[in-house]
Amino acid sequence: MLKFAVRRLLLLVPILLGLSILVFLFVRALPGGPETALLGERSTPERAAAVRAAYGLDRPVYEQYGSYMGKVVQGDFGVSIQTQQPVSDEIKRRFPATVELASAAILFAVVVGIPLGFVAGRRPGSWVDNTSTVGSLLGIAIPVFALGFLLKYVFAVRLGWLPGTGRQDVTITTEHPTGFYVLDGILTGDLPAAWDALKHLVLPAIALGTIPLAIITRITRAAVQEVSNEDFVRTAEAKGMTKQVVTRRHILRNAMLPVATIIGLQTGLLLSGAILTETVFAFGGMGSFMAAAVFTRDFPVIQGGILFLAVVFVLVNLLVDLSYGIIDPRVRTS
Amino acid sequence: MSVAQFEAVESSAVSPQEAAGGLGRDALRRLRRSPTAIVGAVLVTLFVLVAVFAPLLAPYEPNFQRLDLIRPGVYPGPSSEFLLGLDQLGRDELSRIIYGARYSLLIGVVSLTLGAAVGIALGLLAGAFGGWVDSLVMRIVDVMLAIPSLLLAIGVAALLGRSITSVMIAIAVVNVPIFARLLRGSMLAQRRSDYALAARSLGVPRSRIVLQHVLPNSLSPVIVQGTLALATAIIEAAGLAYLGLGSADPSIPEWGRMLADTQNSLATAPLLALWPGLAIVLSVMGFYLLGEALREALDPKLRR
Repeated sequence: MLKFAVRRLLLLVPILLGLSILVFLFVRALPGGPETALLGERSTPERAAAVRAAYGLDRPVYEQYGSYMGKVVQGDFGVSIQTQQPVSDEIKRRFPATVELASAAILFAVVVGIPLGFVAGRRPGSWVDNTSTVGSLLGIAIPVFALGFLLKYVFAVRLGWLPGTGRQDVTITTEHPTGFYVLDGILTGDLPAAWDALKHLVLPAIALGTIPLAIITRITRAAVQEVSNEDFVRTAEAKGMTKQVVTRRHILRNAMLPVATIIGLQTGLLLSGAILTETVFAFGGMGSFMAAAVFTRDFPVIQGGILFLAVVFVLVNLLVDLSYGIIDPRVRTS
Repeated sequence: MSVAQFEAVESSAVSPQEAAGGLGRDALRRLRRSPTAIVGAVLVTLFVLVAVFAPLLAPYEPNFQRLDLIRPGVYPGPSSEFLLGLDQLGRDELSRIIYGARYSLLIGVVSLTLGAAVGIALGLLAGAFGGWVDSLVMRIVDVMLAIPSLLLAIGVAALLGRSITSVMIAIAVVNVPIFARLLRGSMLAQRRSDYALAARSLGVPRSRIVLQHVLPNSLSPVIVQGTLALATAIIEAAGLAYLGLGSADPSIPEWGRMLADTQNSLATAPLLALWPGLAIVLSVMGFYLLGEALREALDPKLRR
């Protein structure tokens, strides 16, 4: 198990190296550099050259890459051209928002999807099954941002039940020791603040969680149906085990294996959806930050952000693979 | 057993010729019986027909404007003259939706063809040669997969500037690693199969084993993914349009752009968001259902 984890982590090195070269070349191939975004119409050739020199962009690319990687190894991703803050600080501030949003989305998908898929799989053809099939189809087919619009329009604009933008009410001034606003509220004992942050999470989490919800429901349904037809389930029932025990120990546990794979894959894919969701709900996380950086040609942010996200992506997938061992003892021994 | 029941069994029984048919014919037979496939095929056929015959179906030109009928924030809804109402620029919504099918189809087909061609070539290289070629190709694929797909598409679209062409290329780039990995995995499994071993022991050259035996048998998941890729292309194009990376030309009736443009008039004309949204959902559902049905039909484990 440990050997497997270490090997996977070592595999990260060539990926990151390749990725860093790719991203480095990519940002330098973008039409218009940071000087265009910074200077805009005030740009003159001299001013542009001065900006480029200030950020070291006038040096040969391999030289820039060498000095950049030298700093990255020490955890220094450089300074954002737009905000003039260290990129690592920006990531520290925004990444918790994305994690909070993504966790809420996955939680929503798992808590609703697994029971729904389970009931649908145990009773194929029932109204629960049919509704969930049509519903999950819709969930996959609606563009994330359109669903975001719809939720915002109905629940925030029309009904006014939930807030439609931001992470917390602007009048709330709590300290943020962790950057996870809900957790911060609880830690500092400011429960109204935590409640407010939670309310801000609901709509974006539903918008972002709908695709994983649809997929988790479908996979759970298929897996439960397949396992229910296995011989060992029939044997367990024939032995006179109660329905509850058969369901929990034999069906659910075996059906969870493909579901775990899908949850992991979806967690990785959530980042794409997060870019759109964060933009719709003005939720200041990594996704919208990165998308904005591409538009403003904020080279250090694009470079640092993509490397950081790639590490997170690979780590999440590693955790998923390790979780197989917990669910399935057969994987542990082999 | 009544006569009717007996006849039912008789007609559903597989004739020897049918059973002897290849996977392709068998799959087709199963597709015809699957309600999922039928609904999917109907939606996809409708979508393609609308796209192809748009000039015949649309009541107006996509850029025909009735500026005299609109005021800021007030856009006439459905009427007998304009079945789905007018958009924010006084253009017939129905005609734009109909013409929009052309752009969605174009984006889907071109990005799929480009992405699948490069992806299949890479997957074929890795799957056919194995060894260091495989390792090299797969590391490239890993690098591409480590970037969130939408971020990758945003990057490519930003690199190439705002146009329908760059949207197509951006989505194609996202498709490349998916196809490469899928084909490679599928070929590796087939290479270890008994028939490949049998062919090798008969002295069949490697190139022929790969191209005539292994490759055709490895294509099923690629075909399924192709159908799904058409669905994701429509969604991704909409996402890029929302982020302002679609075409810069407002006269192009692209569904994602139409949907994204409604966000400021949502309160006054929510129907304008509904139509392109519905068009996207129905076409994506069509391809998705067809893909799912194909997956089931091509799965040898479900073969009877």
